[in-house]
Amino acid sequence: MAEEVKLFRTWSSPFALRVVWALKIKGIDYETIFEDLSNKSPSLLQYNPVYKKVPVLVHNGKPIAESLVILEYIDETWKQAPLLPEDPHERATARFWAKFGEDKVLSSIWSVFIKQGKEQEEAMVPALENLKFLEEELKGKKFFGGETIGFVDLALGWLGNLISLLEEIVGLKVVDGEKFPLLSAWMQDFADAPIIKDNWPPRDRMIVKFQALRDATIVAAAASK
Amino acid sequence: MAESEIKLLGAWPSPFVMRARIALNIKSIDYEFHQEKLGSKSQLLLESNPVYKKIPVLIHDQKPICESLIIVQYVDEAWSSGPSILPSDPYDRAIARFWAAYIDDKWFPSLSGLAKAQGEEAKKAAMDQVREGFLLLEEAFGKCSKGKDFFGGDRIGYLDIALGCFLGWLRVSEKMNGVKLLDAAKTPGLAGWADKFCGDDAVKDVMPETDKLTEFAKILFQAKANAPPPAN
Repeated sequence: MAEEVKLFRTWSSPFALRVVWALKIKGIDYETIFEDLSNKSPSLLQYNPVYKKVPVLVHNGKPIAESLVILEYIDETWKQAPLLPEDPHERATARFWAKFGEDKVLSSIWSVFIKQGKEQEEAMVPALENLKFLEEELKGKKFFGGETIGFVDLALGWLGNLISLLEEIVGLKVVDGEKFPLLSAWMQDFADAPIIKDNWPPRDRMIVKFQALRDATIVAAAASK
Repeated sequence: MAESEIKLLGAWPSPFVMRARIALNIKSIDYEFHQEKLGSKSQLLLESNPVYKKIPVLIHDQKPICESLIIVQYVDEAWSSGPSILPSDPYDRAIARFWAAYIDDKWFPSLSGLAKAQGEEAKKAAMDQVREGFLLLEEAFGKCSKGKDFFGGDRIGYLDIALGCFLGWLRVSEKMNGVKLLDAAKTPGLAGWADKFCGDDAVKDVMPETDKLTEFAKILFQAKANAPPPAN
């Protein structure tokens, strides 16, 4: 049967990147539809009426939204190069860390970068605590998935890239090589992996984008005080 | 399997803990239930869930599993010979996971938002959000159930568990605010489903009675400053 796989994404969405990486790791052919979120296509609105967001994967006409849901779907539908381990407890652990990244790490890192002065110092505390958990989880492993990139690496991978962008924009080192040797090594190993390396959005464009986002957030926060 | 090899750390009012218990019941698994006390966390809980320090935690052969929906999936996968909790088709599974995530990320916060809302306007806004969510879920119910009793079809499944666990607290909210949030006129499918869910063998012994839960809610809201938020 001819497979038809479409991915709705934007050039910068890190959530869509997870799906790109998964599809490429599994060697799945797909068509990309780039969305302009200020002018969403009727297709996007039809395929993701609940959130109206990217990414959306459409497989043989059937849409799936929410990046981690999409990753599990891809893993269950195309069995080559598995993303999740076989063992139920290891699978539960992988899902746990992916969710931890989503629920805690992202927001705590972002807090550090959109704050200044004393507030920023205070925001560092939970951010560093969360990163410590990840550092612990990497003990004895190159990737969260073990020897090869897996579900958790794909879920957290863009965070490594974002952190390095934000560190450059704000001039603040968060993932210190001495405090977080394993996490630092992982960020580099992940970024250097062939499929990952070839699929980052352009760094200079990302810097501009996140600089603007950070500035706007700081302005809005000051205005609402 | 020896009973003590499977422990569940939880508390009877928690809807998240209920998810784990329903899953274990579906698979007819015997387990030791460790009731955590309100306002304090056991050493076992702190050791088993150092990241969140929250219930539920399933401990199987001394290995902990945390996060309620992750526990439900684990139970389904570790006891694969029992009745299935997630659907068998990957697309149906994706749809179930999508709506379960919606329930946790969007719908449940609107219900707990109602409990926290101060003043008439805020309460009304919160209630509207809950009801709007129900309209979306009614549509999802129609598509997933395909005319059968449950989101999971003939038997309760992952999405039934994800939403159904909140029915006790929903009824408390309705009672305390003197309103109907799950309206049989607007969402007939869900209204019918709710009754069947609560009557299901895997559910009825772990769904707290509304009166008992209402009393607990009053204590909880009075001791708001000291009480930990329910589960995760």
